[in-house]
Amino acid sequence: MNRLDEHLAAARKEVLDLDFTGPRAWKDAEAGRACIGFFPVYVPQELIWAAGALPVTVWGGGEGIEVEYADARIQSFICSISRSSLELGLTGRLAFLDGMLFSSLCDVARNLSGIWARNFPAKLCEYLHYPQNDKSDAALDYYLDDLRRLGGQLGAITGRTVTDERLGEALDLYARRRALLHELARVRNLEPWRLSLEEFQVLTRAAGLRDPRHHCQVLEEVLDDLPKRDAKKRDGVRVLLEGSFCEQPPMELLQVLDEAHCFVVDSDLSRGLRWCREALERSGDPWHDLAGAYFRHAEASVVRHKDPAERSKRLVERYQASHAEGVVFCTAKFCEPAFYDFVLHKRALEREGIPFMAVEFEEKMGSFESIRTQAETFAESILFFAEEAVA
Amino acid sequence: MSEPYKHQGVGQKIQKQLLGDWYQRLEEAPARGEKVAYLFISGNLGELLENFGFHLVYPEVNALQCGVKKVAGQNILAAEDLGYSGDVCGYVKNDIGLLSGGNKMPQGTTLPPPDLLVCNYAGCATYLRWFEALAEFYGAEMVVLDVPYLRGTQGPSPEEVRYVVRQLEELAETCTRITGKTLDRDKFRQALEFTQESEELWSQVLHSARRRPAPIDAYFEAVFFMAPIYTMRGTKGCLDYYRALALEVQERVDRGIGPVPEEKVRIVMEGPPAWPHFRKFWEMFKKWGVVSVASTYSKVGGIFDQGFRHDPDRPMESMAEYMLGCYTNRNWGMRSELIKEYMEDYRADALVIHSVKSCRSFSVGQADLREQFIRDFEIPTLFIESDLADPRYFAEAQMKNRIDAFFEALHHRKVTARV
Repeated sequence: MNRLDEHLAAARKEVLDLDFTGPRAWKDAEAGRACIGFFPVYVPQELIWAAGALPVTVWGGGEGIEVEYADARIQSFICSISRSSLELGLTGRLAFLDGMLFSSLCDVARNLSGIWARNFPAKLCEYLHYPQNDKSDAALDYYLDDLRRLGGQLGAITGRTVTDERLGEALDLYARRRALLHELARVRNLEPWRLSLEEFQVLTRAAGLRDPRHHCQVLEEVLDDLPKRDAKKRDGVRVLLEGSFCEQPPMELLQVLDEAHCFVVDSDLSRGLRWCREALERSGDPWHDLAGAYFRHAEASVVRHKDPAERSKRLVERYQASHAEGVVFCTAKFCEPAFYDFVLHKRALEREGIPFMAVEFEEKMGSFESIRTQAETFAESILFFAEEAVA
Repeated sequence: MSEPYKHQGVGQKIQKQLLGDWYQRLEEAPARGEKVAYLFISGNLGELLENFGFHLVYPEVNALQCGVKKVAGQNILAAEDLGYSGDVCGYVKNDIGLLSGGNKMPQGTTLPPPDLLVCNYAGCATYLRWFEALAEFYGAEMVVLDVPYLRGTQGPSPEEVRYVVRQLEELAETCTRITGKTLDRDKFRQALEFTQESEELWSQVLHSARRRPAPIDAYFEAVFFMAPIYTMRGTKGCLDYYRALALEVQERVDRGIGPVPEEKVRIVMEGPPAWPHFRKFWEMFKKWGVVSVASTYSKVGGIFDQGFRHDPDRPMESMAEYMLGCYTNRNWGMRSELIKEYMEDYRADALVIHSVKSCRSFSVGQADLREQFIRDFEIPTLFIESDLADPRYFAEAQMKNRIDAFFEALHHRKVTARV
């Protein structure tokens, strides 16, 4: 097995490992280390790292868990990531976490913070409210106060005060990791056959579970090895995937898209790990830079209110910049924010004459054959109409 | 022969008149060149917007009325035709469906388009998505009043209050830009005085259910009693309504009458009603002599019965505190605490949780409430599911079976306890 394959195999194993062996081992490696879990989409991971803890993304149980306890706590009309994340907690798999962070991304995630606090009273359970009024002069002040408060809470767990210096170093480290993840996405955009979507996803998701210094090294080696990879160029249509910013699609679904010749060349998969679309502006105050990044540098997302027209405009921009030929809305069942976004996006795409298709997924999907047929038909229709236009 | 009732039904007549006038003024507003603002019930800032001459539209109230008048189903289907999922909030879909059909309310009013969408984002993330859609469909300006969700048990922090106050001041500047008017401080004070007195009277009405028998049903009746204080607070008309309602309730107390012929079970209700099947839903409880003595849904627009009052001496601060303290803006622990307090304060026999698919803000966490009330507090608790807007989710036979089984068991428990 070559170095690239080894990295892919290791990342795949970690992403599917519901015992969280990697983060546990990281924590046990040195006294005084802590792990802080967070429910997607976004948290300021830099702050957690600066407090001496590893940020660990809790993406639910995927296909690898039988829900026994959480069904009684989460109604049937709620997304599967909420249910299986609670199941992970109730079955003790997250006992290694020293705390858990939730945020204002949707009503389910917000209320889950209360359920968590009740069921795991011995652990820190924090709720972060991300300002939704970016036009207010007060929003940045509020968020700064809140980050400092959270920094204090985290420092109390780890015994490591978040100093300006530590936070500044964390900002640099995470900026490096983000740049590498963006580079990986850029490489896949240029030559999607060189790295499958499933491989891209495991390398991205592993970032949410690993020591960022280690993962940066892995990503650098992957980026070095990719151009040398013996990969055969394949034909297909280039698509932008949207709607998977929180709960992640099953790996098999991503494989099905590749096999159906729908090459995903841009996406919001694991959006929280690639939250900022550009490098952070740095000043002498890292707290200010971290808070400001939320307002200034974040990619347009339905979980962060800005100008309502901004998101659809940005989707069209991304479609054009990635040279996509269609859009695939890939949404977790019961994900309200994505469903609301879909209607507005759909109108924008129709105005622009951009083809799209929509699929829904959940963690336990029996079959992907209907999605395969849908994706194949979508790809064929794009190719057919493109040929017709040329003729 | 006993003396005829003087006050029964008076409140309802006044409310009908108030709402009728309100809708008429709304319909006529565009022709008169008057501005219209859309906003939400939870943490609403009607007094502030009315100060600038805005007429107010509450899409939630329209959705509720469409539900009761049984047209929500067709509106929801119209929205689904536009691409809305079967799994999103029925209130939102009702509103979009209503809009796509020309904005004609079931009673005949044509709703005017908004000049300003004020998303008072208190306790519901769907509010943001809802008004983003309206901003797109109407091409209207949207302002967000960002209200942080409460943490801990101590209520709003000074930082949170300061943040909301600053946004209220910024909103006042936006209102000036749109209407050309400046905030009239004397009028604002007068409005908040009306508000304060209305809140006091409304609290007395709610507290009357502490009596045995309770003179009111604090859920099935209160959801109608609450309309003026949540939609036209700060007006003389609202105050007059609560004066009349207080007399009506007092008369019920004096005559020893209540919402059911014989009060047998006192319950606390958590969750919104099934509006499209309201009467049927209520009847399922009435037949067991059940009276709701307290409810959480009747507090969605403000928890005044716990002592909160708008303060004319601290207008913006108290408005911010009000917005932050709304029921759905309270965390799970605070909600649980409030329900427990109601159970004790109103000497209730059982808790009934009505979980609705549309409103995740209400429903996520209710299963843990059930678990806590049964296991930790040993309070009989019934958990039922349907929806507040979408008639498709009301499984009548199943609902009836669950309600019957619960109250039968409760009755049996009472009888055997006496032996």
